[in-house]
Amino acid sequence: MPKLKLIKRENESTMARLVVPVLSIIMAFGCGWIFLALSGYYPEVVFTKMFNGALGSPYAISETIVKAVPLMITGLAISLAFKMKLWNIGAEGQIYMGAFAASGIALALGNGSPYILIPLMMIAGFAAGALWGLIPGLLKAYWQVNETIITLMLNYIAIYWVDYLVFGPWKDPNSMGFPLTPIFSPAAQLPTWGDSRVHLGLVLAGIIAISFYLIVQYTRWGYEVRVIGESSQAARYAGMNVARNIMLVMLISGGIAGIAGMVEVAGITHRLQQGLSPGYGYTAIIVTWLARLNPFVIIIVAFLFGALLVGGFAVQIVGVSFSITQILQGTILFFLLAGEIFLRYKLVLVREEAD
Amino acid sequence: MKAALYHEGVVNLKQIPVIEMKGINKRFPGVIANDNISFRVYPGEIHALLGENGAGKSTLMSILAGLYRPDSGTIKVQGKVVRFHSPRQALEEGIGMIYQHFRLVNNFTVAENVVLGSGNINWSINHELIEKETQRISQNYGLKINPAARVHQLSLGEQQRVEILKMLYRGCDILIMDEPTTVLTPGEVKELFQVLRMMSRQGKSVVLITHKLNEVMEIADYVTVLRRGRVVGDDRIENLDEGLLTRMMVAREVIHSQARRDKQDGSMILNINNLEVKGDRGNTAVNNVSFDLHQGEILAIAGVAGNGQKELVEALAGLRGVVSGSVKYEGEEIKNHNVKSRIASGINMVPEDRIGMGLVPNLSVIDNSILRSYYKEEFYSGWLLNYKRVRSYTDRIIKEYDVFISDSRHPINYLSGGNLQKLLLGREIDQGPRVLLAAYPVRGLDVAAAEGVYDLLLKERDKGTAILLVLEDLDDIFRIADRVAVMYQGCIRKILDVEKTSIDEIGSIMVGAELTGV
Ligand SMILES: Nc1ncnc2c1ncn2[C@@H]1O[C@H](COP(=O)(O)OP(=O)(O)OP(=O)(O)O)[C@@H](O)[C@H]1O
Ligand SMILES: [Mg+2]
Repeated sequence: MPKLKLIKRENESTMARLVVPVLSIIMAFGCGWIFLALSGYYPEVVFTKMFNGALGSPYAISETIVKAVPLMITGLAISLAFKMKLWNIGAEGQIYMGAFAASGIALALGNGSPYILIPLMMIAGFAAGALWGLIPGLLKAYWQVNETIITLMLNYIAIYWVDYLVFGPWKDPNSMGFPLTPIFSPAAQLPTWGDSRVHLGLVLAGIIAISFYLIVQYTRWGYEVRVIGESSQAARYAGMNVARNIMLVMLISGGIAGIAGMVEVAGITHRLQQGLSPGYGYTAIIVTWLARLNPFVIIIVAFLFGALLVGGFAVQIVGVSFSITQILQGTILFFLLAGEIFLRYKLVLVREEAD
Repeated sequence: MKAALYHEGVVNLKQIPVIEMKGINKRFPGVIANDNISFRVYPGEIHALLGENGAGKSTLMSILAGLYRPDSGTIKVQGKVVRFHSPRQALEEGIGMIYQHFRLVNNFTVAENVVLGSGNINWSINHELIEKETQRISQNYGLKINPAARVHQLSLGEQQRVEILKMLYRGCDILIMDEPTTVLTPGEVKELFQVLRMMSRQGKSVVLITHKLNEVMEIADYVTVLRRGRVVGDDRIENLDEGLLTRMMVAREVIHSQARRDKQDGSMILNINNLEVKGDRGNTAVNNVSFDLHQGEILAIAGVAGNGQKELVEALAGLRGVVSGSVKYEGEEIKNHNVKSRIASGINMVPEDRIGMGLVPNLSVIDNSILRSYYKEEFYSGWLLNYKRVRSYTDRIIKEYDVFISDSRHPINYLSGGNLQKLLLGREIDQGPRVLLAAYPVRGLDVAAAEGVYDLLLKERDKGTAILLVLEDLDDIFRIADRVAVMYQGCIRKILDVEKTSIDEIGSIMVGAELTGV
């Protein structure tokens, strides 16, 4: 009887690398189509809405970019740690810490010059995120404590810390009970592109991507990162300081994620608030992974994820329930990730001879 | 020798081969690893597969074992055409391969390793039962092993026995072993050969890849020789001798380097006193070791693997902390110097572990060529690596040390074992060492390549470099070393002038025979 079997590919073909993602997207939409039809919607209407809402107009595209920026920056942050096989899943907490520190500066020095205030906020955001990355880095470097667990736990501390501030000491007295800080002065807000919400963060993401590429591929330190990522034994043999680099990479990774938090408060919300990040730190892990740690591909994948988010909001507005859009997004994500399997394996028909 | 004359004398003509590979082709980017290869194995045969480094031996056997798929060609098992998509399928047909890197679960017991993954376990493990089963098979083939021991407690030789048991338990009839003896002690090699003979008597076949011709002469029934991806000869062992095999492998005569020369009195460069070094498990691996190393000499460390050689070399290279004692380099205490400053002062090292320590897996040959000098100004333009310069440096090493690689941008993993070693050694020697520490530098090399390495080392010695060489082959030690230090259980038992000792004397000190009057 013939049987279907998954066979590991000897090497990934370029063809598969192009065809598989396209196929998975088509299948995802196929599935979504059936699902929508069964739930009593007109799939073509919903999908058109979704597409137009995400990419159909300059405004839609600008909104997609707005959602993509934190994913880009966080994805880049994570990619550096992953290069060294440090599983930093604490970007979420690092975002919150960055946002908290930047907000502190904005609220305290409200009326300064933007040329001083913005850089200061950036430094503070970086420093706070960096601290959140350095803690697990230190534990890993000196006591071999598993960074996955520590980074995950630190997320909760950061999120609840921000909750405490916005419900308590930093709460805007005029907020009518909402957990928010007062709005930042204009000097503490990032400049935007025309009258869209696209802000300086996009440029920042580009700069970070290019610098990461250059640093990792071409600098002395980048060479160390690449070697340590593959084999810490070889790194020691080359005379590299593995412990120091673990801390440094976690510090920078956390710091860049902190910048994502700073950019979000200074560019979009203009205040610190509860639920500031709807899980960017986790979604960015998927972004980084799908992009295989390539900084430029991270930018593109983050953009597509932004479109998915914004498209979801757009169909919600026409009355499709929140849970349905969540299921749609989930389906698309599922097929994308499942497609990854077919990059590494192929399906073959095996004829088993009867024994 | 005619390729067509298979086996008439030994094996009954009516007997069909268990394995018949025909017209096997396999290309990798830039190389033809297997070029129209035909290969047969008969039941009960011990078949040696020989060839230079990069000849395509591992590739051919990986195809047979289902790890790689051939571009074209057919494989028949017991006369039936098969097509494998995975090692598991090959195993179902009775073909099992043991790779050089063992694939055991370290925290599991021997019996668990043998039984798990065979598909015979449903929900729970009955330890008593599987241990009995393991015991039964091991007794059948004379494989001495304690089924309840955990794998990480075992020596490499014992771990290999577990691998063999695993294969036998899965009903393997054709066992392929890729360079199985490189990590074994002479005693373990003997035991392995006894097991193989036992298997052969029970009708099982063995394919053995090796570079050691004396082993081939001792154990093989039949030999196939590959060169540059093709079969260049095959015959029964009775019609062959070592010289013939060497000529087939490399298509020329290999002249053994003549090392002997007038004794020189180079000045002392390294002075080690009462050195103590810990091993990975916190044990004392090097215990109270003292010796001197002189310029222009080769001091060989003889000993059964695992008696502290690795730790000694690592400590001298700065990779392992020193507990007590002193290491003086030209009179200066360097025991606390780090790796980089040791490289800077001319202490270079070729580690035992090639991929993983000496070379970085998954990085390109170019990246690997600067592993120990990546921080040097000459490779940079400003802040950035100047790949043009790095590349021409790589190309020079590849050329000078005769590394075979089709493209230096390929990851290091594409290189065959011998070429890895040449790249590694070339890279270290190219830095102009004053002290060269080399652990098992010819492990896995073919005769010609090994000779090439010895030539390089002798040339270095003649330039005045002090060389500390960890070697396992006593013949080789007597051929190229000036002095020999015998290590046993972390101590140096004796240091002798090679001219004033014999292989037998060294051999008996190596296994811990009581010394009188030391
Ligand atoms: N996965 C791979 N990708 C690309 N090239 C490869 C790969 N594996 C082997 N090669 C190349 O194929 C050729 C044959 O390699 P193979 O490992 O079969 O040699 P070998 O005879 O086992 O050599 P050695 O004695 O050194 O182990 C070599 O030139 C090697 O560089
Ligand atoms: Mg090989």
